[in-house]
Amino acid sequence: MAFTTKAADAPVRRAHWRESKRFGNTFKLTLSYIVLTFGAFLLIIPFIWMVTTSIKGPVAVMQFPPLWIPGVQFEPLWENYPTALLQDHAPFGIFFRNTFVITALAMAGQIISSAVVAFSFARLRWKGREFVFFIVLATIMLPQQVTLVPQFILFRNLGWINTFLPLIVPFWLGVGNAFFIFLLRQFFMRVPLDYDDAARIDGAGTFQIFWRIVMPLSLPALGTVAIFSFINHWNEFFHALIYLNEISKYNLALGLTQFRGFTRYEISAWNLLMAASLTALVPVLLVFFFAQRYFIQGIVISGVKG
Amino acid sequence: MSVAGRALKTFVDLGIGSRTRRENLEGWLWASPWIIGFVIFTAGPMVASVYLSLTDYPLLQGPTFNGIDNYKQLFTDELILQSLKVTTIYSFVSIPLHLVIGFLIALLLNQRVRGLSMWRVVYYLPAVVSGVAVAFLWQWILNADFGLANWLLSLIGIDGPSWLIDPNWALSALIVMSLWGVGGGMLIYLAGLQGIPTSLYEAAEIDGANFWQKFWIITIPMMSPVLFFLLVIGIIGALQTFTQAYIITNGGPDDATLFFMLHLYRNAFQYLKMGYAAAMAWVLFAYIMILTLLVFRSSSLWVYYEGDFKGRG
Repeated sequence: MAFTTKAADAPVRRAHWRESKRFGNTFKLTLSYIVLTFGAFLLIIPFIWMVTTSIKGPVAVMQFPPLWIPGVQFEPLWENYPTALLQDHAPFGIFFRNTFVITALAMAGQIISSAVVAFSFARLRWKGREFVFFIVLATIMLPQQVTLVPQFILFRNLGWINTFLPLIVPFWLGVGNAFFIFLLRQFFMRVPLDYDDAARIDGAGTFQIFWRIVMPLSLPALGTVAIFSFINHWNEFFHALIYLNEISKYNLALGLTQFRGFTRYEISAWNLLMAASLTALVPVLLVFFFAQRYFIQGIVISGVKG
Repeated sequence: MSVAGRALKTFVDLGIGSRTRRENLEGWLWASPWIIGFVIFTAGPMVASVYLSLTDYPLLQGPTFNGIDNYKQLFTDELILQSLKVTTIYSFVSIPLHLVIGFLIALLLNQRVRGLSMWRVVYYLPAVVSGVAVAFLWQWILNADFGLANWLLSLIGIDGPSWLIDPNWALSALIVMSLWGVGGGMLIYLAGLQGIPTSLYEAAEIDGANFWQKFWIITIPMMSPVLFFLLVIGIIGALQTFTQAYIITNGGPDDATLFFMLHLYRNAFQYLKMGYAAAMAWVLFAYIMILTLLVFRSSSLWVYYEGDFKGRG
């Protein structure tokens, strides 16, 4: 008897349960939105702070509590940008050009060599392939500091100090590419092998298969590689610091340190420093906004497979 | 078989059979950009680094062999101990914070919130920007008198510390700064959470599991591989921290932010003690390897892989 009552009650209890669950969900969701909004506020306010500081005058910068609304609380000084960027001791235009050249050439090398090598691991059959691939993966874990000193001595002996070569050439030869090789290999393997066979029957060589079939079908993965590569090279600091020692050769990251001169001890020109820093970030921000898809995709592949 | 033995065998095998020989040659040829680069820029320098670490090598004069003197000196160098301490504290505090906060945000975003792509952009954006420009931004945010950080604290009635100029607070300041990039891990978690089959949760609900039971019995085990991945990446990254320390505090005040990499950089490129710096690099290498190995070894206890029966016990 007890058994049947229980069964008869079930739909009612289920409805109650759903009702309370729905209420609980609404409450939980509202709370989540509040927490998320608060977190987003904390993450975004530094950017707003950077922008407002960059257009403040020297007096407005040193106001506490800070002023937030340009045009109302303080006069926006757009001249800060030309003032910051056109200084004799820190030629921003040259830094920008240098960074552009280094980034473009290093990126090209990184994309091409990663794709070629990944193709070899994904589509060609050769003795030792698994073993070499294992070493590629092992280098992801290898901290680069161990090779730092000998590499420096190598480049010094080659006469490459104060040239862009140490920041470009290694990337044509696979240094730091292990992760990209891994990512592209995973993607290349999804292209059906039948395509290769069909192309071979039509007389296509390995290069044509690579260039005409696998590459065009892997554009999203190549996009992900391109974007991460861009960000890495655009922000490169440590190697630039070691290898570039004339101001005319500096990249942006290194060039920005020239601006520190006027803030290090006598804190005064934060507005100019923020104007210069923000300008250096603009290309990265633009790339991020226009290519989010590729970021997310790269993260997903790396995280889930890793 | 040893690495050298395997490589030798591979080269011998290359000569057998003409069709496979062509295929083998082609494979090696396509992989050669990486292989050549590996020999020139990684394997070669690693071997050289072992030798250099056993020499006294002022850059302008060349190396002279001095045995394990560098390593002996390392253990008596107080700055080495200080830099190891700074780097360790930074890693052991910032990595767990990153892991936990990133996970919490991902959990919030995973409950079918509206505008997911917008939230993702907002939370991920600070993780994309990095380097010198960001270091300057944070130097200004953490300014004791006019900075954003102390303004936010003053809103809730807290009189903020002097952050970067107080030896007791400088390292905490850099940890706070690192948390700005917490969104990087969040994205990876989110991808992992979305990969958990909903059937697992449905089955648990039928069995009467409540929120916390589902969380501990399904979410945590299913996410453990992601956690493991982020932990390893986090260790490697945190132990090599350099730019923030170099730009913002330059190791100070009172060596309170003397990170290991900063100390290594100074020895190599300011004091030009190449041999000593090479020995330091091996110490860092050993440290990273030991920590990573511990994580790998312990992983069988806490990382669950689907389709792996170790985790099913």
